[in-house]
Amino acid sequence: MELLDTTHEAFRLLVSADPVLWGIVWVSVKVSLLALVLVGPLALAAGFVLAHVAFPGRRLLVILVQALQSFPTVVVGLLLYMLLSRQGPLGSLQLLFTQTALVLGQMAIAFPVLAAYTLSAVQGADPRAHETARSLGAGRMRAALTLLWEVRFGAMAGVFMGFGRVISEIGCALMVGGNIAGLTRTIPTAIALETGKGEFAQGVALGIVLIVLALGVNIALAALQGEGGMKRSWQP
Amino acid sequence: MAAVIEVDGLSKSWAGKPVLRIARLRLDAGSSYVLSGDNGAGKSTLLRVLAGMEPARIERFCFEGQVLRQQRLPARVRLQTGFVHQHPYMLSGSVRANVEYGLSIRGMPRADRARLAQQALEWAGMADLANATAQRLSGGERQRVALARVRAFSPHVYLLDEPTANLDVDGRRRVIELIAQLADENRVVVLACHDQEMISLPGVVRLHLANGRLEGDAVPA
Repeated sequence: MELLDTTHEAFRLLVSADPVLWGIVWVSVKVSLLALVLVGPLALAAGFVLAHVAFPGRRLLVILVQALQSFPTVVVGLLLYMLLSRQGPLGSLQLLFTQTALVLGQMAIAFPVLAAYTLSAVQGADPRAHETARSLGAGRMRAALTLLWEVRFGAMAGVFMGFGRVISEIGCALMVGGNIAGLTRTIPTAIALETGKGEFAQGVALGIVLIVLALGVNIALAALQGEGGMKRSWQP
Repeated sequence: MAAVIEVDGLSKSWAGKPVLRIARLRLDAGSSYVLSGDNGAGKSTLLRVLAGMEPARIERFCFEGQVLRQQRLPARVRLQTGFVHQHPYMLSGSVRANVEYGLSIRGMPRADRARLAQQALEWAGMADLANATAQRLSGGERQRVALARVRAFSPHVYLLDEPTANLDVDGRRRVIELIAQLADENRVVVLACHDQEMISLPGVVRLHLANGRLEGDAVPA
């Protein structure tokens, strides 16, 4: 197929509200957002504790969380596959090749990203911020929430980066989702596998959607941090 | 006069080096204390220990007649103590939100919060800037917001770390006036400073920290 024809067909699919194409986009966006919402509070708490609480083994965990950010997603998928497969410890739940499995995989991938960003945001916070909350009477939990609010722009960067990583990852989605049409077919798995069957136009159209999503996330992040994250000189 | 805080045997070390060795300290309601001492004498550390923000060894800590035998001060003491940092940190949000923060922690209903915050801001002469972004204020304005933020929840004890450092003459005069009012309201006010003008204020009890030991009128022999 000619490149020009393919591109033309891709745009036709995009603007014609093609149900198959937009169905795939919907599965991807839904699964990624759900994973972030579910793992977000846990990752924020973990990032805060790692940055703020001294305990034995903390350094090791910090290194682990930072290293896991670049862990190959296909290995995450492999581990999850072994857990969820029929003979695995969680096999009885019959979650393999379901959207739940996709969500679990993306939670595992997003967790270290969110936690590491929160960790560095909290570490970079003004030490007086937490102290101020405490001295005004805040209990531990309230002071922690106040501090997280103070560093929300840094922590939000983690959420956006995590979204960028999970929406575009293919290894884990392929392993535990199985690319089932209408159920676990995500944008990346569709591009990788359907193109091989000659569905070039769909692949290009999905590629455009993915790029727009990735750009959109970065533009949103820049807009968010533009004024809100402005670093002002500290005045005594 | 009623003792609000009585401390026996307070000691604190940094990396094995003793910084505070205070045998006795008694702080009475309605009194202002000026705590002087060289840089690094431990003034800030003492205030932070009394505010419950820094652990220390304390043999006996008595707050409003109640003896506490804990390393960390309980919430009740912290809620009755207002500490103002030398360079106060403004929480993100408006000046008003900063002043309401301590009130919302104490579970105050919204209407009361707004009223008390407004009173505290007027007291500190900051009502005009109530809706300004707190983190954009000047040093002197921050100092006054920090005082209002503490004053809003009317603690029994005010611990003020160098409240007039880096202020101009006018700012200093205003802060000194505000502090005088607090003592008139039967509160305990402890000021750490090395500002000669403040140390020689009339009617204050002078305390001096040297080599981690307290000298002065509030130290019973």
